[in-house]
Amino acid sequence: MAKNVKVYSTATCPYCIRAKQFLTENNIPFENIDVSANETAADEMVAKSGQMGVPVLDIEGEIIVGFDKERIKQALGL
Amino acid sequence: MNDLIIIGAGPAGITASVYAARKRIDFMVISKDIGGQAAWSGDIENYTGYQFITGPELSDKFEEHLRKFNIRVNEGEEAAELKKTGDNITVITNKGSYQARSVIIASGKRTRQLNVPGEVEFKNKGLSYCATCDAPFFSGKAVAVIGGGNSGLDAAIQLMRIASHIYLINAAGQLTGDPIMQEAVKASDKVTVFNNTTVSLVSGDKFVTGITIKNQDGEKKLDVQGVFVEIGLIPNSEFAALVEKNESKEIKVNIYNETNVPGIFAAGDVTDVPEKQIIIAAGEGSKAALSVFRYLIQHKV
Repeated sequence: MAKNVKVYSTATCPYCIRAKQFLTENNIPFENIDVSANETAADEMVAKSGQMGVPVLDIEGEIIVGFDKERIKQALGL
Repeated sequence: MNDLIIIGAGPAGITASVYAARKRIDFMVISKDIGGQAAWSGDIENYTGYQFITGPELSDKFEEHLRKFNIRVNEGEEAAELKKTGDNITVITNKGSYQARSVIIASGKRTRQLNVPGEVEFKNKGLSYCATCDAPFFSGKAVAVIGGGNSGLDAAIQLMRIASHIYLINAAGQLTGDPIMQEAVKASDKVTVFNNTTVSLVSGDKFVTGITIKNQDGEKKLDVQGVFVEIGLIPNSEFAALVEKNESKEIKVNIYNETNVPGIFAAGDVTDVPEKQIIIAAGEGSKAALSVFRYLIQHKV
């Protein structure tokens, strides 16, 4: 079953782009949340991850800060 | 035994790889990441053939070109030490040890740190090294930008549209970035520039709440919720202890990309070549690979 994946990102951040590309290449559907356009989402991301760096991935509740390919693979079972 | 090991996969390392593959050199690539600093760049408007391309897009094209050949790429691996044993070179990494007849060091540069208390604790908790990435979190907040060169001014200009106020902390006597950017910063009533000033502390609780600055008037605390560190770059050259470097720790190379150690070549931002540009790094990478090709023929085993 597909896991619920959220990506907190900004449009300009290079590693956000790479993280989203990685998910797309692996056919993982995800919800992209642009925190620069949505202050509530930005606060939600800071609350979940305890920090302000993007990207943040929420994979079924597992919070991954940054484009950490190995951890993302593990969380998704790739 | 490899004929060649290329350390780094930014513009220099990838271009060296493409040239080495086409020369049918038996080689491998060891790199922390693919794309290097180019993957971090914003808009690129001076790479010939592309009037406009973003850093991630250009580095994707580089990677695509690299993957076209069947090259062994050990991604996520970092060189820790180089040793010369006879005519061969041993590359020791965080994961293993590899031998080669020649090496191209193309390990690039990384962002320079402030080295003040609070910097490590508050990284990503208000302290950032990438304004392009993190500026949107500081909407309506007061921030400090450390650095008066091009990257500092660029960060300040990006933040002018977002933050409530920007303190620009500059260690030099005057701003050193491009005049056009200096004018933009000086014209904004949101920016306060402190010249001849350094940062001595980043403070806060869960997130940054302030910085302490120091100049001839003494120490002073500024209330800010964001700190952007933009004080330039340092070469990733520590592992290459056996090659000669300049006072900035850049590896010295001649016009053939040779270092002082036979068989060890270097290319791109990690070297003392003047001007650090993606297109220059790429060109230097190709030059280094062609020099290695000649070196391997001249030093047949």
